[in-house]
Amino acid sequence: MTMRWIAGLAAAFVLALTLPAGAQEKLDWQEVRNKAHGQEVFWNAWGGDERINAYIAWVGTRVKAEYGVTLRHVKLSDTAEAVRKVLAEKTAGRNEGGTVDLIWINGENFKAMKDQGLLFGPFAEQLPNFRYVDVENKPTTRLDFTVPTDGLEAPWGMAKLNFVYDSATLANPPRGIPAILAHAKANPGRVAYPAPPDFIGTTFLKQALYELVADPAVLQQPPGDNFDAVTGPLWAWLDELTPHLWRSGKIYPKNGPALIQMLDDGEVDFAISFYPAEASSAIASGKLPETARTFVLDRGTIGNTHFVAIPYNANASEGAMVVADFLMSPEAQARKENPEYWGDNTVLAMGKLDDAGRKLFDELPRGAATLAPEELGLTLPEPHPGWMTRIEKTWLSRYGS
Amino acid sequence: MLRWFPALTLVLFLGPVAAGLVGTWAPAFGYLPSLGGSGFSLDPWRQLLAEPGLGKSLALSLGTGFAATLISLAIVLGFLASCHGRRPVVLVRKLLAPLLAVPHVAVAIGFAFLASPSGWAARLVSPWLTGWDRPPDIATAPDPLGIALVCGLVLKEVPFLLLITLGALGQAPVDRTLAIARSLGYGPATAWAKTVLPLVWPQIRLPVFAVLAFSLSVVDMALVLAPGTPPPLAPRILRWFNDPELGRHFLAAAGASLQFLLVAGSIAVLYGGERLAARLGRRWIAAGGRGRSGRASRRAGMGAMLLVFAIGLAGILGMAIWSLARRWRWPDALPSAWTGDNWMRQAGALAWPGWTTVTVAVAAALIAIALVLGCLENEQRNGVTPGSRVLWLIYAPLLAPQIGFLFGVQVLFISAGLDGSWVALVWGHLLFVLPYVFLALADPWRRLDERYARTARCLGAAPDRVFWRIKLPMLLRPVLFALAVGFAVSVGEYLPTVFAGGGRFATLTTEAVSLASGGDRRVIGVYSFLQALLPWIGFMLAIGVPAWFYRQRRGMKVFAA
Repeated sequence: MTMRWIAGLAAAFVLALTLPAGAQEKLDWQEVRNKAHGQEVFWNAWGGDERINAYIAWVGTRVKAEYGVTLRHVKLSDTAEAVRKVLAEKTAGRNEGGTVDLIWINGENFKAMKDQGLLFGPFAEQLPNFRYVDVENKPTTRLDFTVPTDGLEAPWGMAKLNFVYDSATLANPPRGIPAILAHAKANPGRVAYPAPPDFIGTTFLKQALYELVADPAVLQQPPGDNFDAVTGPLWAWLDELTPHLWRSGKIYPKNGPALIQMLDDGEVDFAISFYPAEASSAIASGKLPETARTFVLDRGTIGNTHFVAIPYNANASEGAMVVADFLMSPEAQARKENPEYWGDNTVLAMGKLDDAGRKLFDELPRGAATLAPEELGLTLPEPHPGWMTRIEKTWLSRYGS
Repeated sequence: MLRWFPALTLVLFLGPVAAGLVGTWAPAFGYLPSLGGSGFSLDPWRQLLAEPGLGKSLALSLGTGFAATLISLAIVLGFLASCHGRRPVVLVRKLLAPLLAVPHVAVAIGFAFLASPSGWAARLVSPWLTGWDRPPDIATAPDPLGIALVCGLVLKEVPFLLLITLGALGQAPVDRTLAIARSLGYGPATAWAKTVLPLVWPQIRLPVFAVLAFSLSVVDMALVLAPGTPPPLAPRILRWFNDPELGRHFLAAAGASLQFLLVAGSIAVLYGGERLAARLGRRWIAAGGRGRSGRASRRAGMGAMLLVFAIGLAGILGMAIWSLARRWRWPDALPSAWTGDNWMRQAGALAWPGWTTVTVAVAAALIAIALVLGCLENEQRNGVTPGSRVLWLIYAPLLAPQIGFLFGVQVLFISAGLDGSWVALVWGHLLFVLPYVFLALADPWRRLDERYARTARCLGAAPDRVFWRIKLPMLLRPVLFALAVGFAVSVGEYLPTVFAGGGRFATLTTEAVSLASGGDRRVIGVYSFLQALLPWIGFMLAIGVPAWFYRQRRGMKVFAA
């Protein structure tokens, strides 16, 4: 059965990829570079992790040296702040000279901006470095939560749901959704997930749905009348799980980082993360013990891509494109994948790189707690965003109120 | 010239406040063209009422808001009544500044770290005493009923109310009044409650209302300490506003309007309660009971206050230790590995946000104090008392939830081509600084015995000279308090900085909040300290300068030595 639905998913992807991406003007890259020189680019990006902030600061020094672009990191606590800012500018009729030049974005925020016509482009697929992107084997670089990117956002990094545990206290982590329920029953109060709409929380629920649903291929289509039937097993599983959750499901952790802290505080048996190198990175920064390790689920986990996009009214769209292009360069991608700096997987295809580029990746340290690519297991594509919205809503009325 | 101050204040205020209110109420009734809402509709309200658990959210907001306000007030009044003129007051006064200065969210995180089952208190006694080799699965902070949120709020509101009340006490003939009451045989606490409290209450009632409004609308502390399923109303509104599905903006606006009504209604209830208490109190005073020696009440009053300070300071200490920790794992009582890196890493990145924070806060506080002094002086010289409607406008920014309010303000700033400028940033801060400065200064200023001014005029001094030579020096303490409060408010502003600054300006608070979203206690420890440092210096100056200035004026001391 598994084979059948994977085939179904693949078919869905092929279908989505062959959709026309819209008429694209040819970008004169030299002209873009000339205009970008001397521009100040305000990049609105979540600022909750010092290591990511340091990486972005490094990007700033590089694009300054290479292209004469001054990069300013506007540190957000929630990407929605930037979306709202662009919306406010549209409300006030400021259709050029906006204050946001580049946004770190994906999923629902991207869909919202795309639907409201708040994005500049298409530009992404005409950037010189896009030719290295692994669009064949990493279809999510062009399909953001099943929504075609249409060149409105440039892929930046690959995320994949994984679980972090302390091998010193937990010998056999649960490697499946039914196993997690069994673990919670045997160890009451030791399992927790962040409350939706936190994206780690909703992804965990979608992950559970994937394993519990009869035919996962339906998740690639928007939900309709089949919502109750498809999600029924998920609610049954949650009804059984909730009384055995941390704090009996009366209190939920706020987000993913809070869960990492709780793992270190000894409150739970495992944390949930989207960065495959999170455990190694957390060990390096002293957030987790040396014995922390990563596990994934046997039937695969959800993966997606995160991107950068340019608002329709950006003041320095050329500078923003130059930055977006640099972010896809082998140099920037290799540094990002290094757990000493960040530990976020590349969007590039090794086969498309030249020897020098490949060498950058070959030399990367992996970190003891990071799984090798072949151990990371199958990557499941994100369901259509409609599922997420309705699951959040139903979750809220069943468990969140 | 002076006549223009109220008008100037209102113009500076009216535009953004009106824009803020329109920006909240219009979408609440379905009007926001950029999102395709072009007509009047009640749909947002219908959606709001259909939200699951809305009643629970409201109950949680109301319960925690009133509990925090009344408990804080009871602790402050009980303490001052029972310990007036005694050593605990001097001690608490000295410890006031750090608690006032630490940002709310740091107090919340510090308290959560202290009180949670894996927190510091449990670590100190585990596993050797408790036998817990794993933290017990008990919901303490946060807890389902919001008790932890009430505790967190009390830790922040008690110092604020104490500061305001101490300021008010300096304006009233407290010692003489007490001496007379004592000589008539009243016990110390009873004498204070029956004679001093009615004297100072008019000056602290508005701050109490502000505390209630704040407690009902608090977001940052609630995110740490309140339950999330469902959360209180204010954090829920923030969630709607931040929903990637932009259509939820209408629902959020309706929620923000409901929040506005909730706060206004709660203030009306508190006002009614005040009236009732006044009536009952008058009867109680007239009955003439002398009360007891007050030893028991003194112990209770002192105990409650010292407990607040002890918990607050322990929370701060916990965060200070975190800022120096590399590894601090359950159940270690102290970090197992220490480091200065958490500080070193931030050092380079701090100069620019630090400079922005100071300049904006100084500018906003100074403009606010100038406007408030101008209005108050105009009021006295020209006999113009602002109507209650105008007052309501001044407090509107405190009553409306910031997020909905600020969206409208931001649209105004963008339309004026101002957003992302330093002017807009100071202006945006002024909206929140001015009410607090007004709050802190209006009543002490109005209550200054007018015979001083009259005497000076009789001796031939012009009104300006009276202002500069008599009123300002005599009221130096409340003026500096107000300045320090304004400065601290500005330093702590997050959303106004993000909205008005257009992301072009980073302050210590924006840096801290964005880093806090990553939940790293070590970084939060560093930033809490830095965020607290500036207001702390402000409050120290506000306390220290008058003491130095009045060093040879015995009558101007708060306490007879």
